[in-house]
Amino acid sequence: MRRRATRLAGGVTLVTAFAVALSGCVASERDADGGDGGSNGGDGTFVFAGSAEPSSLDPAFASDGETFRVARQIFEGLVGVEPGTADPAPLLAESWDVSEDGLEYTFHLKEDVKFHDDTDFNAEAVCFNFDRWHDWTGLAAHENLSYYYKVVFGGTGKDSLYASCDASDDATAVVTLKEPIPELVPALSLPSFAMQSPTALEEFGADEVEGTSDAPQLTVYGKEHPVGTGPYEFKEWKSGESVTLTANDTYWGEIADVKTIVFTVISDGTARRQALEAGDIDGYDLVAPADVDALKEGGYTILDRDAFNILYLGMNQAQEPLDDIKVRQAIAHAIDKEGLVQAALPEGTEPATQFVPEIVTGFSEDVQSYEYDPEKAKALLKEAGQENLEIEFNYPTEVSRPYMPDAAAIFEAISADLEEVGITSKATPEPWSPTYIDTIQGGEKHGLHLLGWTGDYNDTYNFIGTFFGAQSLEWGFDDPEVFQAVKDARNAPLEEQEAAFMNANEVIMEALPGVPLASPVPSLVVAPEIEGYPISPVQDEVYNVITLGGGE
Amino acid sequence: MLRLIVQRLLLLIPLLLGLSILLFGWVRALPGGPVQAMLGERYTPEAAAEIEAQMGLDQPLPVQYGKYLLQLVQGDFGVSLQSGRPVLEEFLNRFPATIELTLVALIFAIGIGIPLGYVAARRSGSIVDHSAVVVSLIGVTVPVFFLAFILKYLFAVELGWFPTTGRQDVTMIATHPTNFYVLDGLLTGEWDAAWDALMHLVLPGIALGTIPLAIVARMTRAAVSEVQNADYVRTARAKGIKPARLRNEHILKNAMLPVVTTIGLQVGLLLSGAVLTETVFAFSGIGSFLADSVFAADYPVMQGFVLLIAVVYALVNLIVDVSYGLIDPRLRRQQ
Repeated sequence: MRRRATRLAGGVTLVTAFAVALSGCVASERDADGGDGGSNGGDGTFVFAGSAEPSSLDPAFASDGETFRVARQIFEGLVGVEPGTADPAPLLAESWDVSEDGLEYTFHLKEDVKFHDDTDFNAEAVCFNFDRWHDWTGLAAHENLSYYYKVVFGGTGKDSLYASCDASDDATAVVTLKEPIPELVPALSLPSFAMQSPTALEEFGADEVEGTSDAPQLTVYGKEHPVGTGPYEFKEWKSGESVTLTANDTYWGEIADVKTIVFTVISDGTARRQALEAGDIDGYDLVAPADVDALKEGGYTILDRDAFNILYLGMNQAQEPLDDIKVRQAIAHAIDKEGLVQAALPEGTEPATQFVPEIVTGFSEDVQSYEYDPEKAKALLKEAGQENLEIEFNYPTEVSRPYMPDAAAIFEAISADLEEVGITSKATPEPWSPTYIDTIQGGEKHGLHLLGWTGDYNDTYNFIGTFFGAQSLEWGFDDPEVFQAVKDARNAPLEEQEAAFMNANEVIMEALPGVPLASPVPSLVVAPEIEGYPISPVQDEVYNVITLGGGE
Repeated sequence: MLRLIVQRLLLLIPLLLGLSILLFGWVRALPGGPVQAMLGERYTPEAAAEIEAQMGLDQPLPVQYGKYLLQLVQGDFGVSLQSGRPVLEEFLNRFPATIELTLVALIFAIGIGIPLGYVAARRSGSIVDHSAVVVSLIGVTVPVFFLAFILKYLFAVELGWFPTTGRQDVTMIATHPTNFYVLDGLLTGEWDAAWDALMHLVLPGIALGTIPLAIVARMTRAAVSEVQNADYVRTARAKGIKPARLRNEHILKNAMLPVVTTIGLQVGLLLSGAVLTETVFAFSGIGSFLADSVFAADYPVMQGFVLLIAVVYALVNLIVDVSYGLIDPRLRRQQ
């Protein structure tokens, strides 16, 4: 017994000594260190950590943010994005005209632009790209690869809404459609529709996709030879580690100050933060809301993008009593959105009033609002004869989305609000991957649920069309008025479209299929010496405008 | 000896066949699948059905397995859904990283574990012994991700001695003929690249090696405690043998048999520990890739990597068995 006691005492002493030693060296070093960072010692290199590798260097075959981040440096599309907004702007096309019937797009191209392989960018190259997308067959037309083309153009080959492209002269390309695609111009700002060098595409077999149907293989072009017109040229892709780009010194626009960009992969959030603090990287995306204050204190620059997403509380009308508009209104009045933002969402987040974020064209100031009013909620429930209600409440676990950093915390805040007015939530948590979405969108067995959407490009239909374009299991209602309003807005003539989308948003909020909660602000962080990071709600962030120096 | 090796290699065939069936069933028994992981918010039952048909996931399981097995015997492990590269290529590309990391972790575990265990046993009841027990207890109980966090915080963020993530400074220009980064630096004479790669191995090596270190230390302590009281040791000591010779030839050599077995088993632990260690250190070996593949429900990678790891594990244990003969002549005769 005594022997055991000594042993224990020895152990405790040792652990204490170790802890003291640790805290001692931490304290002393912190004073000496200050809050510097940045791997570049003024050598013109910018190291940025993403959470995953790009899926391909050919953005036409990709639909993920990490691929687009790299692609935006190398490639440019006909249409770009007005800096800091989500609005389409001229890029490789200086202007465009759309015919009355919405079937003919005439793009007037920028002249004297060359691809990185020194071939000319001209109308012929534009048509080559449009034809390339249309002509995909076999594995190249695989859902895994041609996702955005299929979404925007309706399919490849004969299913495509694209008819033809005519290079009437070097600087004019006329694209003709079989049916109108109202969102075509904003959609063309996606990197998937960037202009790529026809010579390189052919030489390196960009469309010769091998592999099997269960998993198409990367092409040589997509692995080693992406060629665009952008401010950076591709240098190297070390699989699993990093992609390196170098400045294009013959770029038609602003020549980059940052001569080398390295995109590295750190999937773990804590590891990303530590890598920045240790000076191994110069910036990273998807900053955890809990890290924001500490990083700010450390002297790092936190950049908040304008929100381009929406978080909502869905209400499945296939489940009673959610089919009763009074119950839905009661729920909407019961939720304290301001309180929710404070409790569970990043600083700077605005509560939402409708199913699109404010910067999207078609956002309406005149939607029916449902202010926080527990008494009104109780009265509505009483009217509906639904006091002491119990409702199933589904929310995902093991996930962090830009619009939903911590679903459990959001659930807790809302269920406490509901409790207040006499609604008991039956918590039904489920792992995001792989079953949550299937439960919500593939079946009827759900009541209230948390979900959201990050927009692809500035188009109201991209939001409300996804939710309310047609009857679905997620919402469980059949309201022709809502579906028609959404459809009419999409097909409205260009000049009437904004008003039509505003009307659709108003119709939706009247019917109240769910409660739009908020548009959380996604943050990224860069080292103090990084200046001019071009923050963009649609992540159209091209690094040629960044300068190094600042905090050195 | 040769017969033993051939026998064990032949045994690998039914083992791998069985394992492939288990794995195939297991990854598909997991809820959801690659389609759900791929589509995220874009999931609709119709879109999912279309992609499943395209990927052949709607066919009966025996048919899918048959196709998979046919590919396997031709050495084709399929293509990764995440990266679009062949599974075997991914494995061979990344395995050198994991071998490097495992070696460093093993050197750390053995280099400290055996002396620590030996000293603890020889000075049983002393402060050294107690410390060894505490250290090994801490080693076994501290989770890898927590240890990694503390190590990085101290030695990378605050002291700046080591990098936090990766295998090599991403801005470094280095050639990689073998993909063993330290070796590559030495072969090509790019000394700074070799040194940088080595520095990148220190923290993950310690994080990964801590549990094996604790186990090796405890095993050595137990084995040495037993051997040092054996009759022949007493006799040897009585004969006046020098302490160093007594330690090396009489005590350690005889105590090593269970320790070597333990080390062999640790390789399995190291390979599985690499999944977590590589993820938190963004170290691009097979472990981090396997972890990502589970989140993406990347069936071909999950199946292929586990099969290949099983082969490696079986081979390592074969080597351990063969090494018994080198340590203990009695076993050599039996074999």
